[in-house]
Amino acid sequence: MPFIPHTDAETASMLGAIGASDIDSLFDEIPPQLRIAGLPGVGPGFPEAGITRLMIERAERDGRPLCFIGAGSYDHYIPAAVWEVATRGEFYSAYTPYQAEASQGTLQLIYEYQSMMASLTGLDVSNASMYDGATAFAEACLMAVRANRKTRARRVLTTRALAPVYRDVARMMLAGQGIELVELPLGEGRTDLAALGNVENHEFAALAIPQPAFLGTLEAVDELTDWAHARNMLVIAVCNPLMLALLKPPRQWGSAGADIACGEGQPLGIPMSSGGPYFGFLVCREPLVRQMPGRIVGRTVDIEGKPGFTLTLQAREQHIRRSKATSNICTNQGLMVTAATIFMSMVGAEGIRRMAAASHANTRALVAALTRLPGVRLAFPVFGHEAVLQLPRPAAEVVSAMSARRILAGFDLAPDYPELGNALLVCATEMRTAEDIDRYTDALGSVLAAGRAA
Amino acid sequence: MSDVQAGLRYTRDHEWVRTEADGTVVVGITDHAQHQLGELVFVELPDSGRTLTAGEACAVVESVKAASDVYAPVAGTVVATNAALDGQPNLVNASPFGDGWLFRLKPDASDASRLLDAAAYTDFIAAEG
Repeated sequence: MPFIPHTDAETASMLGAIGASDIDSLFDEIPPQLRIAGLPGVGPGFPEAGITRLMIERAERDGRPLCFIGAGSYDHYIPAAVWEVATRGEFYSAYTPYQAEASQGTLQLIYEYQSMMASLTGLDVSNASMYDGATAFAEACLMAVRANRKTRARRVLTTRALAPVYRDVARMMLAGQGIELVELPLGEGRTDLAALGNVENHEFAALAIPQPAFLGTLEAVDELTDWAHARNMLVIAVCNPLMLALLKPPRQWGSAGADIACGEGQPLGIPMSSGGPYFGFLVCREPLVRQMPGRIVGRTVDIEGKPGFTLTLQAREQHIRRSKATSNICTNQGLMVTAATIFMSMVGAEGIRRMAAASHANTRALVAALTRLPGVRLAFPVFGHEAVLQLPRPAAEVVSAMSARRILAGFDLAPDYPELGNALLVCATEMRTAEDIDRYTDALGSVLAAGRAA
Repeated sequence: MSDVQAGLRYTRDHEWVRTEADGTVVVGITDHAQHQLGELVFVELPDSGRTLTAGEACAVVESVKAASDVYAPVAGTVVATNAALDGQPNLVNASPFGDGWLFRLKPDASDASRLLDAAAYTDFIAAEG
């Protein structure tokens, strides 16, 4: 049986009904320069054995390099039981439950997930997850613009210290609704507080603050939160959930606390797997809950008084509100959230804290070793599990030479932060050993020596 | 059978409008509308001082099954909102024409007379089924 069970006659009849000549013409609005004609070595159709061979061959090209790159996706330990349990038939679905109340196990899992995220951030209500960290951030901005009754400003203030990809994705998602994303400049690897005066005369719906900042520094969250609240802005915290174990939860920022927290859930039991699938988290204070997109599971009792779980606050979701829904791209990542919930319950609050502390200690050890090499300098103090190194050669060249030595040396910052010069963002999670750090140091030493000789 | 009160004006979006002696207009949703929505769990009202154009979405009435927009029946400025609905949104169900009023407008021009009268609204909901 073909995967798409439409006969040619059925297809022709459907195309006739909408007046389209062929299926390709349905995609005419996608400009030609955004299309690819084909992938090298991948034909239009493959038998299963052929595609399996191709996938194995391509996957092996990646090898098993030693990973010192973070920048949004992190190589953390995932206990074997996490995916053993997550891939059981009862859980193994990538999507949100339809016939929701018939799926009590799935609803309970989401309820537990929401409870854990609320406790990690200190805020009141979590949704069932978003597509990824960047889209969760964009939804947090949209939500803040809708929810802020003290201003009608269609502007959100953020900072160059926020991950570049988050700003790109949010700018694209906000533009369609006429909402502008304004960026504060960098000073010493984090938001330049001296620049706040320059935007003081503009109204903003919210201020979005990363913690830690993309360059591994810590933001002055208390000061920024109070500054924003005093100017009628909501405060959006963009956090790494693992590092929250060591840092002050967003609810405790400043004198009143952040209003919304969001971020990338990948560090909680999700493999890096070339960039996805991951999941985004979105948590807020109770008064903002009606502006929060996505699904929320509540605990209740049935007519016999037995406890059960139910989808709640659905009145503003797309199947009811259509074009006026709080979001129409509120995909939740059911399977990723299942894994993250099992991860958090197995590792526990203490385990997450130890992973974060070990990642911090390893990054400091890495920095200490690397900065003993001639010409390598630490750009900003290390507070989290990432650090910016200034190199005597362009980072792109170093990354490429290190890659030939089967080491992922870090994230080249030059394209996004040219003002930082030859800057490399490095990360050593709890997975890296002292031997790994020695191997990196020796390799970088010889790469830089070869560069000087050339 | 839904209650339709004489002396009020109505819109095809199931809002009622009552013109007060001082020229301001009080706006609510009809008994028919609250029946259709079911028990309200939340009412979102416009801020006082906000200027509205006729037909602008300015409030949301939310029941367990749906959230619906409420539109400004006439152009004007919001001068008051029903604060009691914050804690008791189901006042709209219990008393749609009384304690369940939503907001009061100072209209730009007194064009409320262009809206439906009680008889025309009764015909309208009968025709809508």
